[in-house]
Amino acid sequence: MSLQFLVDGILAGALIGLGAIGVTLTYSILRFANFAHGEFLTFGAYATLLIAGALGAIVPDAGQALGPFSVGWAVIAASLFAMALTAGLALALDRCLFLALRFRGAAISTVIASFGASMALRALIEFAFTSRPAYFTRELQIAIPLGFGLRATPDQIALLALTALLMIGVHLMLTRTNIGRAMRAVSENPALARVTGVDVERIIRMTWALGGALACAAGVMLGLIVQIRPFMGFDLLLPLFAAAILGGVGSVPGAVVGALVVGLGEAATVEFAGSQWRAAVAFAVLILILLVRPTGLFARPT
Amino acid sequence: MSVDGSGALVVDRLVAGYEPGLPIVNGVSLVAKQGEIVVLLGPNGAGKSTLVKAVAGLAPISEGRVTLDGRDITSLPAHAKAKSGVAFAPQTENVFAAMSVIDNLKLASAILPPRLRAERIQAMLAMFADLARQRDLLAGRLSGGQRQMLAIARALLIDPKVLMLDEPSAGLSPKLVEGVFSKLAEIRKRGVTILLVEQNAKAALAVADRAYVLAEGRNRFEGGAADLAADPSIGALYLGRLAGGVARRGLRS
Repeated sequence: MSLQFLVDGILAGALIGLGAIGVTLTYSILRFANFAHGEFLTFGAYATLLIAGALGAIVPDAGQALGPFSVGWAVIAASLFAMALTAGLALALDRCLFLALRFRGAAISTVIASFGASMALRALIEFAFTSRPAYFTRELQIAIPLGFGLRATPDQIALLALTALLMIGVHLMLTRTNIGRAMRAVSENPALARVTGVDVERIIRMTWALGGALACAAGVMLGLIVQIRPFMGFDLLLPLFAAAILGGVGSVPGAVVGALVVGLGEAATVEFAGSQWRAAVAFAVLILILLVRPTGLFARPT
Repeated sequence: MSVDGSGALVVDRLVAGYEPGLPIVNGVSLVAKQGEIVVLLGPNGAGKSTLVKAVAGLAPISEGRVTLDGRDITSLPAHAKAKSGVAFAPQTENVFAAMSVIDNLKLASAILPPRLRAERIQAMLAMFADLARQRDLLAGRLSGGQRQMLAIARALLIDPKVLMLDEPSAGLSPKLVEGVFSKLAEIRKRGVTILLVEQNAKAALAVADRAYVLAEGRNRFEGGAADLAADPSIGALYLGRLAGGVARRGLRS
């Protein structure tokens, strides 16, 4: 038996975790399941691809691979632009679609609207870029041994480190800053947050922007490790929700732990049961947690 | 314009409710002068809670005016009302249970200028010693009395002109009720105007300066707290029932 599946699982978990943080924040603060979140990942990956291509064409050497990694600074710079763009997309969607539905109180119409937005965005992306997979780089990377027979490529190691940094950053922002406290307050009790002086609409906009930016980061990483295609985000939607619900909606550490459980579960299933069972893992986790502990592992007190 | 002096909250023929055409508060007027404790009494459904919620910005106002220090704040959103000096502690869910005591206070301090924040938090921790001891505990783990104190501290932290409390004694033992009301008397001495909704009429009238009795969304009676407590006809109409209500509520909780 090889323990390599642990590396794959942690990597998958980190990716899911980045997306799941956005899901758990928007879910708890906006009080609806945003099915278009997967498309934020896809949009971010394609936006990065486009901008990196443009940078590579304008600036010589921008596409040159950096050190042991497979991509150059063009992709890194492009992903920062794309994070801002994806944040903008999330804000635009809120402004044009969800704002009108927010005060009517029917959460189900908002969920269905997000489902429609998801389909429309996916179709647009497919129309613009075709359904053929795209890649940030064609370069092959040699996995380096980590000991105990485990291997990972430099890209994978860098992505893990970056994901950990982003997660810690978001956690510190939520626990230590005024904006973070205001986000937690709105998620727990919007009316009390209002009388405590929180501009709830502003916090909602910031939550969208943050969720969009993190989704873009996850999309770029997924694109780097696997490939970029119009369904990449949609196919990740179920694991994202499974992770967010397993961790307890609203909890960032919970989303990360939930994502690692789903990621490791998927990798272990592929290793021991066969890859055809991989997609069942997120379903199984979701059903199990809803039956046993619907509030999630990190449920907050009331 | 305010009727008399600064810090005055003036509510003028206010109509408020959640459904258009179905007002719960139907033309209520009241005045609370600076440093006064004014209590709102009345049977269940009289519109007391909706009135304070409307003043705080949580219930839609369809007619009438609310002024604070002569400034019209009727149509400000709730967070802007807080900034202009209206603090409100609702009856239930009045603290952020998933946040620590200190984070509840830090959250409220964010609307103050940065240089005043730490100072106001320290002032609250000095005033509410119980909270200082539990500063890192999640608010959801506090006892009922401590939770009420945190709700008052959270509201008071922003150094408001008027502090509105919706039934601060609900669900508390008589000893704790006494603690809450003596705290209110202490707060009033600092010049804060207090508008109080209470079912516990006896305890509230003991600390209040004046009282308004509402029924069916309208003014029914107003006068000095002592007069009201002594008036047998008013007592029979509202307070007798309420005194019984207090005992019943004690059993229920």
